[in-house]
Amino acid sequence: MRRAFAPWSDPAAKPLIRFENVTKRFGDAVAVDHLSLNIFEKEFFCLLGPSGCGKTTLMRMLAGFETPSEGAITLGNQNLAGVPPYRRPVNMMFQSYALFPHMSVEKNIAFGLKQDGLPKDQIADRVGEMLRLVQLEKLARRYPSQLSGGQRQRVALARALAKKPKLLLLDEPLGALDKKLREETQFELMDIQHELGMTFVVVTHDQEEAMTMADRIAVMDHGRIVQVATPGEIYEQPKTRFIAEFVGDVNILEGHVQGLENGLWRVKTPSAAEPLTIDDPDEVLNSGQAVAIAVRPEKMVIQRDPPPPGTRNVLTGEVWDIGYLGDWTVYRVKLATGEILRVTRANASRFVENPIDWDEQVFVTFAPDAAVILAE
Amino acid sequence: MVERSLTRCLAAGLVPLVPFLWLCVLFLVPFLIVLKISLSDPAVAQPPYTPVFDWSDIAGFFSQLDFENFGLLVEDDLYFRAVLSSVRIAAVSTLLLLLVGFPIAYGMARAPERHRSLLVALVILPFWTSFLIRIYAWIAILKPEGLLTQALMGIGLISEPLDILNTETAVYVGIVYAYLPFMVLPLYATLEKMDDTLLEAALDLGSTPWRSFWTITVPLAMPGIVAGSLLCFIPAVGEFVIPDLLGGSETLMIGRQLWSEFFSNRDWPLASAVAILLLLLLVVPIVIYRDVEARRVEARP
Repeated sequence: MRRAFAPWSDPAAKPLIRFENVTKRFGDAVAVDHLSLNIFEKEFFCLLGPSGCGKTTLMRMLAGFETPSEGAITLGNQNLAGVPPYRRPVNMMFQSYALFPHMSVEKNIAFGLKQDGLPKDQIADRVGEMLRLVQLEKLARRYPSQLSGGQRQRVALARALAKKPKLLLLDEPLGALDKKLREETQFELMDIQHELGMTFVVVTHDQEEAMTMADRIAVMDHGRIVQVATPGEIYEQPKTRFIAEFVGDVNILEGHVQGLENGLWRVKTPSAAEPLTIDDPDEVLNSGQAVAIAVRPEKMVIQRDPPPPGTRNVLTGEVWDIGYLGDWTVYRVKLATGEILRVTRANASRFVENPIDWDEQVFVTFAPDAAVILAE
Repeated sequence: MVERSLTRCLAAGLVPLVPFLWLCVLFLVPFLIVLKISLSDPAVAQPPYTPVFDWSDIAGFFSQLDFENFGLLVEDDLYFRAVLSSVRIAAVSTLLLLLVGFPIAYGMARAPERHRSLLVALVILPFWTSFLIRIYAWIAILKPEGLLTQALMGIGLISEPLDILNTETAVYVGIVYAYLPFMVLPLYATLEKMDDTLLEAALDLGSTPWRSFWTITVPLAMPGIVAGSLLCFIPAVGEFVIPDLLGGSETLMIGRQLWSEFFSNRDWPLASAVAILLLLLLVVPIVIYRDVEARRVEARP
């Protein structure tokens, strides 16, 4: 149901947040570089990128801890220039949680409400509501130092949500949690966001986290946004090699365009005997142009028997490594050129007779529409 | 193996003994001697009190001890006034030190990291010069025709020479100047450890910078505030040199009283009684502090 939500493709929709040509410099270093971006109401938006890509700076500008060197940020109809953090209808959940160590859980959650001068009983009601939301009713009187990492994370979330901000910023919200807890919490965050109908902007370097939670992801690199799209689009139609490599695993085959044939691109690559056939009609390419072909490991098929003649996109090599992950098996296949391909296969049945073994000669194939052509 | 664990046991048992041993030799024994003198009577002799401890007549020795000197301290309201005035001066000084020291410590803690060790060194720098000389130097600054008067008259702020030497004001100036490092350093230590994101979180939740200072910074700096205040208040109560050099004859302080009983009047027993009184006076706030601290730690392990 949630996927029907797509205000970004509606030209009449008014964005909640607009970054207009925003630049932020720290001395000589450019953290954010002429960036424009729209984020819509009720969206779960992820800023994804390697460390130092400017995603945290972007978020801190929304919170008001940094001011843009150039450009404007608007929230609703309000230009945020010169509005201090304590006057913005924006709350933030800090990466370190930043819980006040000298206040109990309930005092921490009540802190923001007290600043608004709400009457005491209303504050108590709201704190109770928040404690129920994050299931911490029993720990209301504990101090942060007496809580586990997961509990602290919940207190931080409750404190940031207590004021019902128009916009909630989450800085690496799950970074400090272990894997199991992180997965559970991802879904909880999505449920909470959906239930409260708030706009969430999450900063993360973890692509899995971004893929799971976000309505849209903005992939950032060197202060610029490289692509803004839904998780599916980012994964299946990455715009650049950087995105293809950063989000998920990918095999890259380099080659040169030979030409268009029946609407399919022919690409000559040293990795394969025959030119590859790629179904990526949106790309506009010239003959002889250097390109990279990106194929996800799960979209490649590994087999021992030679494929029937006429099969497209056949690569040959030997099995270099096998990693058994339970749900998946990862094969690392070494081609004649020395390149190593990563091919995964779902372990659909419990026992396989005569499985592919180390050092065996194998054939790797992929369908023309499994690959994406990335202009170099 | 057995040998090694034995030495380890011995070491584990002995290490905590070391501070106790020091305290015994350097505090408890001298304290008992002073306590004994305070219970004696003055005498024109060497040493100037009776009785002198004698192994052959222990019962007779104890029978000669009495609380006469403490009785005198209670009867003569001079001592009571001196104690009161000492506590008042020390308290006001501590407050002034907090007001002056907090912004300094805060500024140091907020300074770029590469400058901090230099700033700490600058705070400690005055200790390189003798304390006595530094206090004497203040006489030259504060006296009616001194540097301060000249400077203020030079820029036209005052027309009459300032007459603050030999007043309580001069004592405050001296104490604040001399004790500032003892206030700044513990404050700096706690403020420097403070996580800046806590202030950001407070701002983010709608608290103005001024309110965030009072609700976040000050409570979290409390251990430093208490430590700095005790480090200044306790020695300031017994301070003798500063009131003697800068305070003139009217400034009544218990440390000075102690000095004059001891050296001018050569009444060792009475001086010792004053010393015991001073000690009791100063132990009280420390006990309170320890109690508060213990309860705080208990509440938040």
